[in-house]
Amino acid sequence: MGNRKLVIHLVSFIIYLTVQVLFMKNWVLYDTAFCFIYIAFLLLLPVELPITILMILGFFTGLSVDIFYDSLGIHASASVLIMFVRQYYIRMTSSRIGMESADPLTLRQRGIEWFSIYAFVLILIHHLALFFIEVSGLGMFWFTFSKAFFSTLLTFIVVIISQYLFYSKKRAK
Amino acid sequence: MGNLFQFLLRFRAFIIFGILQILCFWLIVRNNQYQSAAFFTTSNQVAGSVLATSDDVNDYFFLGDQNKSLVMENAQLKEALALKKLDTISNQISKTIDTVLVKQFEFLAGKVINKSVHWANNYLTINKGYEDGIENGMGVVSAEGVVGVVKARSKHFSTITSLLHSKAMVSSLIKRTGDLCSTSWDGESPSTGIVQYVPRHVNVKKGDTVVTSGYNAIFDEGTMMGIVDVVELPENAAFYNIKLRLATDFNTLSYVYVIKNRLKVEKDSLEQNIIQQNGQ
Repeated sequence: MGNRKLVIHLVSFIIYLTVQVLFMKNWVLYDTAFCFIYIAFLLLLPVELPITILMILGFFTGLSVDIFYDSLGIHASASVLIMFVRQYYIRMTSSRIGMESADPLTLRQRGIEWFSIYAFVLILIHHLALFFIEVSGLGMFWFTFSKAFFSTLLTFIVVIISQYLFYSKKRAK
Repeated sequence: MGNLFQFLLRFRAFIIFGILQILCFWLIVRNNQYQSAAFFTTSNQVAGSVLATSDDVNDYFFLGDQNKSLVMENAQLKEALALKKLDTISNQISKTIDTVLVKQFEFLAGKVINKSVHWANNYLTINKGYEDGIENGMGVVSAEGVVGVVKARSKHFSTITSLLHSKAMVSSLIKRTGDLCSTSWDGESPSTGIVQYVPRHVNVKKGDTVVTSGYNAIFDEGTMMGIVDVVELPENAAFYNIKLRLATDFNTLSYVYVIKNRLKVEKDSLEQNIIQQNGQ
């Protein structure tokens, strides 16, 4: 990974975290839908990073968010989980479509179809883990499930919009 | 030996995944305990100052609401003061007042700089820390009613376990009948609580007031918990199912008071003695 790429990812980490704890934290739609935009940082990490590094990055990203949510370990756990799943998912889908597996994981590079399924699946896994660990059990199943589901929709929409806004062709060049 | 290394190398992803998850769950369990270190919470200095700054900006959007609630609180205090005056006039033959008891509770005002209401375990952060005399385990109330208990504190910030927490439970009384009960949260709506352990012989009605009992030395006696909203008495059940409309509006909460009980140590050590004696 080149130096320039490293700086870009570092800056985007800081921006995503700031947006998450200053804005998204106060934004809850209809008391059910939360937005965890910081996942986009994890989704967009370069493919060539080894899975162990990815999981450790996921751990520390989750931990930083946890500190602001007073939910120590919960975001970290869900983030490590999606980083673990992510590698296998990318390997599986990229070989099937015959895509160059080293391409960046942005919407522009991978196409709307691949990217939206990829983002949706991982966001759903993350949110299900997050909300069910938080209530620590399956009590109030539908209440928790609906929170996880609607939050997935909201996060997904925001991630897609941010892809169009900030990862457009002009900027990438 | 070589085989072992081969094995570890091959499954390193699984192994590191496992180690990280165990670490996470260890953190979760530790965080769920009653009190915790301030470092990994919003009362850590960095997180605290970030949230305080963000709250400063946010404040400008809610000035009207805050004014309204302060005016309401003022009105209540005036009313209480008037009653008090009346009381002293009617008791001209004044009793000697125990100054220790009068000053038993001290209230430290704090501003809420961060809060959550939508999780299964909610917390608040206020801008007062141990430098202002806050200690773990102190009770926190608002002008309207009970808010929670101090969980962790740093120099300038404290994290409070909200009443909206799956493990929160406050010893309370039904004011009209004087029966002891326990209040906790229903886990869903930030304005609904549950009253437990009210035996069936008690005559509870919708609209009854539930207040703190003062038995646990965290809250002073008579602080509002809420108003009884739904009363159910299932066949063959020993206790009522009671839903409570919580007095504190956690959505708009912006100022709280931390209760410092000067006699807490004395009371606790006395009770501890008795518990130990009974145990033997």
